[in-house]
Amino acid sequence: MTARRVMGIETEYGVSAPGDPAANAMLMSSQVVNAYAAPLGSRAGRARWDYEDEAPLRDARGWEISRDSAHASQLTDAPEDPGLANVILTNGARLYVDHAHPEYSSPEVMSPRDVVLWDKAGERVMLEAVRRIAANPGLGDVNLYKNNTDNKGASYGTHENYLMRRSTPFADVVKYLTPFFVTRQVFTGAGRVGRGQDGTGTGFQISQRADFFEVEVGLETTLKRPIINTRDEPHASADKYRRLHVIIGDANLCEPATLLKLGTTNLVLAMIEDAAFTRDLSIERPVGTLHDISHDPTLKQQVTLRDGRSMTALELQWLFFEQVSAYVSDRYGDDADEATVEVMHRWESVLSRLGEDPMLCARELDWVAKLRLLEGFRNREGLNWDAHRLQAIDLQYADVRPEKGLYHRLASRGQVERVVTDEEITEAVHEPPHDTRAYFRGRCLARYGEHVAAASWDSVIFDIPGRGALQRVPTLDPSRGTKEHVESLLQRCETAADLVDALAAE
Amino acid sequence: MAGQEQQRPTRRDDEPADDAAPAAPPAGGAAQSTDADVDAILDEIDDVLESNAEEFVKGFVQKGGQ
Repeated sequence: MTARRVMGIETEYGVSAPGDPAANAMLMSSQVVNAYAAPLGSRAGRARWDYEDEAPLRDARGWEISRDSAHASQLTDAPEDPGLANVILTNGARLYVDHAHPEYSSPEVMSPRDVVLWDKAGERVMLEAVRRIAANPGLGDVNLYKNNTDNKGASYGTHENYLMRRSTPFADVVKYLTPFFVTRQVFTGAGRVGRGQDGTGTGFQISQRADFFEVEVGLETTLKRPIINTRDEPHASADKYRRLHVIIGDANLCEPATLLKLGTTNLVLAMIEDAAFTRDLSIERPVGTLHDISHDPTLKQQVTLRDGRSMTALELQWLFFEQVSAYVSDRYGDDADEATVEVMHRWESVLSRLGEDPMLCARELDWVAKLRLLEGFRNREGLNWDAHRLQAIDLQYADVRPEKGLYHRLASRGQVERVVTDEEITEAVHEPPHDTRAYFRGRCLARYGEHVAAASWDSVIFDIPGRGALQRVPTLDPSRGTKEHVESLLQRCETAADLVDALAAE
Repeated sequence: MAGQEQQRPTRRDDEPADDAAPAAPPAGGAAQSTDADVDAILDEIDDVLESNAEEFVKGFVQKGGQ
């Protein structure tokens, strides 16, 4: 299976009202979600989230913490205000207010390329929301940024999710993924002007998120952020699967960076599941090293391994690459799937060029693209790293509006490499992936939206006229409910009632 | 475009981007085109940047997130 796996990515967007730093973030976030949902008109815009199978306090290390000892922000299955805006989109994604940010959670997909596609669809959704707010004279403008910090101490997340075999010992996940996560920022980093959580340190660093990580392993996502998060909420059959929830990633705009982020992580996970790693690459002081690597864009920072060796983050990534490469050719040879081959090629190519001169990756990696702009501007204007205009460039790189966002300006000039086309993205805003249960969810919303009362990753709940009780259709297996599996059934069923009856008869 | 790029062979010890003309300029030309590309963007950046950078940066205050 290698690079193909059930996975997804969720992003909290930075939200601000121009000229009004005190604007209520929760209210603005609700406006964003409602602005997008309102024209959907039907019940589709109002279907609620079904929290029944959520278990945010279950820890992958084998226990569950009590609600009394949990921080309020961990109780994501009981939102403080159940009226908070939440929509399920016809592409199978969830758009909602998470804490004080609008969040887009992509539908479940099977390939790194599809992650890119439905992640980009999320950027379009956010852009559309911003446009609709701007077009409404009754509302003040709201701007959205696909970044991860305000440089004043706040960080908001971009989370990856990977479905894994439950049988894999979690200790192996921690052992092999930690050094991988500490060093993968050399291609996943989004670039940041400022150092330290509050950004008061001067200079440029590779990652937006690195400085916000404080511990090696843990359940929290908002405090004491851990390199390896242990939330064990599979949204699938818990005896077969665990969902690895990854909170350490930066939000990427460059498509090749997203492809590499999910693609390489996926391959490392495949090796962990197969117990195929032979070399222990554990590093000393993972948290401090994570910060140190981020703080050195020349990529010369040395990393000390527990076995005493010392090497750069790039060299450690090469050790991962070589092991994954041997694993792929040993297990699959010429039969490796296209997604795997693409990821391996890009991974090798990017590591090679980063070693020669990071600027050679300015078309593919956000931190390099951003640094190139910043250095150009700095030289031209003779600025120091603490100049406000450099911080403004950092923020505006991530603005979702093409006329303002500097990433989008680079893209419109053909200065960044694309993985998917604009036409594909336009389609993915409405169209679900075909090869996961997201197809069933999205199509149910599109076809019977008026009668969908609620949904979640693993359920769709119908409110059928004339029937007293709500009808809950569980979708616990992410590989069922695909286009191949349910397309003809959905075509056959004119109404939600037909569908529920047909499913009951199966 | 993506289809072409997927096939690009790249070796660790080679001139890395030599054969990737459509997607990534060859290493020798990269520096040059980089400068020209950056200049073009920088020429318009003052029109794009929020007019009062200091106010904009200071006013970008977020509540915490996950």
